[in-house]
Amino acid sequence: MTGLAPVRPDRRGRQHTVPAASGSTRGRAGHRGTRPGGRRQGPVGRVLRPLALTAATVVFLYPFLWLVSASLKTSDHVFDNALLPSSWQWGNYSRIWHEVPLLTWLGNSAAVTLAAAVTVTASSAIVAFGFAYFRFPGRNLLFGLVIATMMLPAVVTMVPQYLVWNWLHLASSQVPLWAPNLFGSAFYIFLLRQFFLGLPRELFEAARIDGAGYFGMFWRIAVPLCRPALVVTFVFEVQAAWTDLVRPLIYLRDPALYTVPRGLKAVLDQFGDGGEMEWEIVCAASVVVTLPMIIIFFLGQRHFVSGIATTGRKG
Amino acid sequence: MSSTATATRPRGGHGPTRALRTGRQERVRRWRASWRRRETRAAYGFISPWIVGFVLLTAGPMLASLVLSFTDYDGIGATRGVGMENYRQLFEDPQVASSLLNTLAFTVLRVPLLMALSLALAMLLNRVGRASGFFRTVFYLPVMTPKVAVGILFLLLFNGNVGLVNKVLGGFGIPGPSWTTDGNWVKPGLVLTTLWSLGATVVIYLAALRNVPEDLYEAAELDGAGRWTAFRHVTLPQMSGALFFTLVVNTIYSLQTFDEAYTAFFGTANAQTYSHEAALFYVVYLFQQAFQFMHLGYASAMSWLLFAVILVITLIQARVSRRFVYYEGDTR
Repeated sequence: MTGLAPVRPDRRGRQHTVPAASGSTRGRAGHRGTRPGGRRQGPVGRVLRPLALTAATVVFLYPFLWLVSASLKTSDHVFDNALLPSSWQWGNYSRIWHEVPLLTWLGNSAAVTLAAAVTVTASSAIVAFGFAYFRFPGRNLLFGLVIATMMLPAVVTMVPQYLVWNWLHLASSQVPLWAPNLFGSAFYIFLLRQFFLGLPRELFEAARIDGAGYFGMFWRIAVPLCRPALVVTFVFEVQAAWTDLVRPLIYLRDPALYTVPRGLKAVLDQFGDGGEMEWEIVCAASVVVTLPMIIIFFLGQRHFVSGIATTGRKG
Repeated sequence: MSSTATATRPRGGHGPTRALRTGRQERVRRWRASWRRRETRAAYGFISPWIVGFVLLTAGPMLASLVLSFTDYDGIGATRGVGMENYRQLFEDPQVASSLLNTLAFTVLRVPLLMALSLALAMLLNRVGRASGFFRTVFYLPVMTPKVAVGILFLLLFNGNVGLVNKVLGGFGIPGPSWTTDGNWVKPGLVLTTLWSLGATVVIYLAALRNVPEDLYEAAELDGAGRWTAFRHVTLPQMSGALFFTLVVNTIYSLQTFDEAYTAFFGTANAQTYSHEAALFYVVYLFQQAFQFMHLGYASAMSWLLFAVILVITLIQARVSRRFVYYEGDTR
């Protein structure tokens, strides 16, 4: 592994060809910050810009505050639109905890999300390395197919995929929520291939001379050097799997198997519109379901941003 | 084709016969030769998970769905071929027409608004320097929020009588509509709600803005260009790649919109009674046909119609924007 040390500055230097390989967004922002005051900032802009940004911040953040606040109010006060509840009803949370199997749902979601993210990261990385490192007959055709499936609307395969799982007697289990990820996902394959292509080829040649096999090159060189990209893939899939509603609606019939979005829909139907109009309970459940994603975002913030930015740049 | 002379030649000395080979044979030969190479086999080893998945979960199902679209398959009973019946029904089913129109209206309303707002926010953020990280977080948090929770927030905040949105509008003296029950206002309400999660597009635009070379603006300024001219002739062309990408992706995404509308208006017998035709988007209707009524053959035909619609719209977008999209180093 010591042989890898001299490469890092090399990679740094190439960063304009490997966008966002490791926190390059921050580097760029810092560079821009050196220009004093920005370009042509008129007096109107100096007043309007902070105003507009403040207004936008309020619009984007207030729904969260409203939701948390409403989840702590009594039924009659949910719509009073006061920022602070007049009396804090912490009991709403213990009620939702007892009325529905929230812990089971959270556990289901955690298991499905972890399985989905681990499998998609591993398989997409392997496939992406195949497309990035090797030259082989049929490569361009196959990679074109990868790109094509990226544009393919998920709806087209929704019904027949259900039939496949039905045929395997897995149509009312959690397996269909994560097992497709065993085969890689076009978007992540595309993303990871970009990163693998940015690695200097001499690295692999050197490893080959040292006697590494193809899998060794992947595992000991490509994977460690592209860890930021793998984290991007992982956190993206965590978000996608945790928030997925369609597939749980199709596949999960037994409430004991529900993931949290499916459970939240059931809570809405039971306590909200369809039921007793106890919106504070629905709000409390919404907070519980949303909170893990907020935490994940703060943990992996840099990766979300660099991942999204990269996709745009390639487009 | 081969004379005795060529047959006795040693292997490898194919000189004269090579010219006789057709291009196809030559390709097959090269393919075989390359298969013997370790590298090719290793490459296919690496990409085999995707190939298996493509066959089992994409190509196979698509083929199956095409076949099913010509049957009355319902998941249990005997399956009959019905020819073009499903497709004829697509054009006679009033709910297909209305759900398709709902979806198109939603998309036409949402995508331009989303792009314009995201661009405005990205340009605001581009100049705030150090604090831009904070605002980027603010704009991205709604993207993380599960869409079910977004649908619930829509029901609560846009409630016509007691919702926060109408309270605020009332504060400005504007009487707010019944967003969640008035058929004319359901779609605009859902558009506004889903605009809340535009953060991903903002991040893409911000990255694109930061890639615009500063000297282009300096040159424009020297030429006496005002802010609008610089925006029109420097910023927009430089960002056209990102604009095109987000146009295509957001259109495809909007045409398949499901989560928020389904959460708010469908799923329970009780909710059905006051739900509106206005919120019946195409994928919602497809979902009902497939998994509530188990009309799997009909739903397959429906999914192919949507595929065709998406394909046509994407191709039109690609064709039209070819004139506007500028890539660095492009000689066109």
